[in-house]
Amino acid sequence: MKFLGRKIYPGVVSGQALVTKMAISFFGGVDPESGEIVERDHELQGISIAGKVLVFPSGKGSTVGSYTLYRLKHAGYAPLAIINRECETITAVGCIIAEIPCVDQIPIEKIKTGQLVMIDAKLGLVEI
Amino acid sequence: MKLTEQEQAMLEGEYGWATKKAIEILVTLGEIYGADNLIPVTSVQIAGVSYDNLGEAGLDFLDKMAKGGGEARVLTTLNPAGMDIENWEQLGISTEFAENQRRVIDAFARMKVITSCTCTPYLSGNLPTYRNHIAWAESSAVAFANSVLGARTNREGGPSALAASLTGRTPAYGYHLTQNRSPDIRVNLQTDIQGTFQFGALGKVIGEKIKRTGNYKIPFMDGISSASLEELKSFSASIATYGGITLFHISGLTPEAYLMAIPNIHISINRDEINQAIDSLTDGNVDEIDFISLGCPHLSINEIAQLAELLKGQKVEKEFWITTSRFTKDMANRMGYTEVIEASGAKFAADTCCVVAPIKGRFKVLATDSAKACYYAYAKNKFKTVFLSFEDVVRSAIG
Repeated sequence: MKFLGRKIYPGVVSGQALVTKMAISFFGGVDPESGEIVERDHELQGISIAGKVLVFPSGKGSTVGSYTLYRLKHAGYAPLAIINRECETITAVGCIIAEIPCVDQIPIEKIKTGQLVMIDAKLGLVEI
Repeated sequence: MKLTEQEQAMLEGEYGWATKKAIEILVTLGEIYGADNLIPVTSVQIAGVSYDNLGEAGLDFLDKMAKGGGEARVLTTLNPAGMDIENWEQLGISTEFAENQRRVIDAFARMKVITSCTCTPYLSGNLPTYRNHIAWAESSAVAFANSVLGARTNREGGPSALAASLTGRTPAYGYHLTQNRSPDIRVNLQTDIQGTFQFGALGKVIGEKIKRTGNYKIPFMDGISSASLEELKSFSASIATYGGITLFHISGLTPEAYLMAIPNIHISINRDEINQAIDSLTDGNVDEIDFISLGCPHLSINEIAQLAELLKGQKVEKEFWITTSRFTKDMANRMGYTEVIEASGAKFAADTCCVVAPIKGRFKVLATDSAKACYYAYAKNKFKTVFLSFEDVVRSAIG
């Protein structure tokens, strides 16, 4: 299955998908020391986003969250790539400064956790 | 998006790594939000200054931008830091925090950002004029600049404001465009409102009501016959905090109001709702107040003069922080207000505030006249709050 979305930050990677239908707050919602989601009652609570193709609808919360993505990258706990339904400022800026490939405008409900996903973000291409 | 030759050169790295990163951020945001082009800005206000919020990652990024040749291209000022830069020890800030905070300030200074450290740039040398395009972070200042000054800005985050500074540009979308500044809901106030704390309560009532509807974002208010600088400063902070409001119009008071068609959708606010909001901002016991703070947003020189009058010859028994800008503090020194205020036992905390200082869990109950401070006291610092008028806050400190 192939989808064509919009480039947010370029890069070619492939990896295992980690999917949630809930928004993610990187500041306060993700532990920058481990990559684990720590937001209470989040469906990924306790799961690490490190090295995964992280698939979620949109970011939320404080704009300081962009720096959290940068910090995760430098600690080696960043997601390999990010796929959004609709990207917003926090995630977009975080991906640019941390240099994490990112694509949005993808029907994310068609992707399942554990699937192998290939991304060519420059083309906006996502392939399962 | 259409770019000028100079913008294209920035994107290709001809202006150095930091400028390239900065314009990448702006072009991407412009594409996400459907901007046709970038526009020049005359002023920038950067948030994300306290080390408590930035952490090592934020500091590392700022350092890299400074090393990468980043330099402010337009007047750029800073939000409050996590401490008084000259007087942090007296406020119980650790040496380690102070060192890290200094490194943050240094990184900004190397990029030629004015290290003003205040949430009221418009009182401290960064005063945009009517219809100026600007790129401001700090929600209270954004609401004030858009609404009271009639300047034009979206609500920027720390990195996007920095990007605007290093390029002198911002993507043309949202509140920069005339057609997006029209009000969509009329708010009729049916009672008289006075003082910073009542205007704060009003901001909470309107902000929450509009947020609940989910459909509206720019209120057009009538029934407010006058409002001081300090009252509008308090109102802007509160309506942004509780309603996420970026722009409001007040009939007869704010500069764009007379240009606007009055929306058909209409809500009204009465005295009971204001009183309920005031009550709802107090969840702490008056007898347990152990922290008092005035200056959210930062106090004006007029408020400090008033405070000196109230504290003259009095003794303050509790930890009492007066948060303001360095500019205003220097004027307070010259006028002898500082001496009077400090003789009472109250402390100046310039450059910082009780929202961004690293004081989580340090106190139990905060007394304040700021509706915004009440919100963050709970959300960030886990304090209870007692919400009072400016004069009553001072009385609670000396009572």
